[in-house]
Amino acid sequence: MEYLSLFVKSIFVDNMIFAYFLGMCSYLAVSKNVKTATGLGVAVIFVLLVTLPINYLLNKYMLQPGALSWIGEQYAEIDLSFLSFIVFIAVIAAIVQIVEMVVEKFAPALYSSLGIFLPLIAVNCAILGGSLFMQERDYANLGEATVYALGSGIGWFLAIVALAAIREKMAYSHVPAPLKGLGITFITVGLMGIAFMTFMGIQL
Amino acid sequence: MNTNSNLYTVIYSTVLVVVVAAVLAFAAMSLKPRQDENVKIETITKVLSAATQSDNTVSIGDDTDVMAMYADKITDAFYVNGNGEKVGSMNTGKDNVKNIIVASTGDLKKQNDIIKQIEAGKTGLLASLKLPVYVFDINGEKVTVIPCYGAGLWGPIWGYIAVAADGRTIDGAIFDHKSETPGLGAKITEEPFYGQFKGKSFGEGETIFAVVKGGAKGASNGVDAISGATITSQALGNTINIWAKYYAPYLKASAEKTCCCGDECETAKAEEE
Amino acid sequence: MKDWKETLLNPIFKGNPITVLVLGICSSLAVTVQLKGAFVMALSVIVVTGLSSFVVSLMRNSIPNRIRIIVQLVVVALMVILVDQVLKAYAYSISKTLSVYIGLIITNCIVMGRIEAYALGNKPLPSLLDGLANGAGYGLILVVVAFFRELLGSGTLFGFRIIPESFYGAGYMNNGLMILPPMALILLGCIIWIQRAIQKDLQEK
Repeated sequence: MEYLSLFVKSIFVDNMIFAYFLGMCSYLAVSKNVKTATGLGVAVIFVLLVTLPINYLLNKYMLQPGALSWIGEQYAEIDLSFLSFIVFIAVIAAIVQIVEMVVEKFAPALYSSLGIFLPLIAVNCAILGGSLFMQERDYANLGEATVYALGSGIGWFLAIVALAAIREKMAYSHVPAPLKGLGITFITVGLMGIAFMTFMGIQL
Repeated sequence: MNTNSNLYTVIYSTVLVVVVAAVLAFAAMSLKPRQDENVKIETITKVLSAATQSDNTVSIGDDTDVMAMYADKITDAFYVNGNGEKVGSMNTGKDNVKNIIVASTGDLKKQNDIIKQIEAGKTGLLASLKLPVYVFDINGEKVTVIPCYGAGLWGPIWGYIAVAADGRTIDGAIFDHKSETPGLGAKITEEPFYGQFKGKSFGEGETIFAVVKGGAKGASNGVDAISGATITSQALGNTINIWAKYYAPYLKASAEKTCCCGDECETAKAEEE
Repeated sequence: MKDWKETLLNPIFKGNPITVLVLGICSSLAVTVQLKGAFVMALSVIVVTGLSSFVVSLMRNSIPNRIRIIVQLVVVALMVILVDQVLKAYAYSISKTLSVYIGLIITNCIVMGRIEAYALGNKPLPSLLDGLANGAGYGLILVVVAFFRELLGSGTLFGFRIIPESFYGAGYMNNGLMILPPMALILLGCIIWIQRAIQKDLQEK
């Protein structure tokens, strides 16, 4: 039950895009049509699902204050949390690289549709942001961290597909010249954000 | 030089990792004392503002020397276990404010983990609890500050509750959180919410304290939940309830011992004489 | 001399990284509820972009091509951790409100973008300037957005009350919408609107 609540919350209430603006760069750049948007969205879900649990374990058994106590009592005082940014980003970059190679080798069809997005994802704030929020919120176990990863990935996916669909339709409307393109996209995202805020009161 | 050879790449990355690690370790170590000090001052500020909420003459701002004020007002700081027995003490900084020791949120988290195990049935751990207690003298009144710590909606929430000498009446409370929703759950840190606690008291039995939706309906052991933040409110209520339960043996014993709170005390003194 | 001025001023107005190049909007708009947070965030970004461009430019001829991105990420992460540690030591309350967003500077596209586009092909000093200027252009937008959000949302600037109490007595109310995240995006849209109305050559077809 708790998992379900966390899942729904991370999709709708604390949406990566609308509540925290994470992954905005690629969100705006790759939302011109639904097909590529879907590709990037799936890639984000996938990478979040892989990196977040790994970073969770690293945080729990290496970075947290006292995390090293499993090696021996004398290490219990060590606090490596200052290394967390660098460890998280290194894990993300490495995983993205590995995933890219594996996908290229074993699923060339998937690679040709996902491939170009994978390198972009290493510097997608949503991925690092997911890990940092996981660390800050102190999830109780691996299950919660994984559910959170899946939920926020799906939230991001929904957001980018929805925006891409709106932008496809918007091409036919008369937008004032200075607002065309970027300007109206920002305002659209803002309005979508306000719409998503209606989920705030939900309780499971 | 061939910058694309494998050997070069390996050596380069090794050197880079070593250099970066050295710089970071140096920075982290040289800034650590200051960072710890900041965290300590924050905890002291929280404890102190909970303790002094009943005293309108005290206001704590950004430039208040909280360490000096803490050392001035505190009378004792120590740990108790789940049976109400003292187990160890903390430096109150009377001799030198630099030596003040307070329990960090990390310490509270450890205690909360033990409490969770006790709740799950391992009652043998009661004696190994080490719950911090801060005793203040606010204008001649004895005020005891007890912390609480638990899980909120997104991350940990914690707080400090000031209890009067009778061991039940709440003199003030203050709360903090790591990542509750801004504008909703995060409101537990704001005055309209924590201000409700003053004058309430801990009850007996199952519900020692509750944060209730739709109004506490005048009950003395409950306050109103924050609308729109049901889960944070409930979590906070549970946290206070559970922690207060483990402090109860100590609070009860100390209230009986001091008992300087009314007619009984006067008669007791008179009898002694 | 003219080149330097160009390097320094171009990113702040005409080639502003946010409104023109659409880089680095990622995380930082979430910190624009209050001017104070936005200001510190802007300073941190300026320091990080400047210093990491400088360092990468120093190393530009020795970086093995295959691990280029990772080396850059490590340098950026190093700078960000240093900034984070210093903030925790000297500006604790602000670093608490910025929480994870300082860490997210690492993935701020603006930092990597400038390293890839400029620092890898230029001498250290111009790279430093380019980094600083891009950071400043970015910071400028943050501060402008935060200015409106704090003024209209809370009636304060830097925490000081600007809109007098008597206004509230006369029925004025803070715009609660301004505090919510989506307003940052809508404000940004308006800033772009104004900028493109003035600089017609930036308009998209």
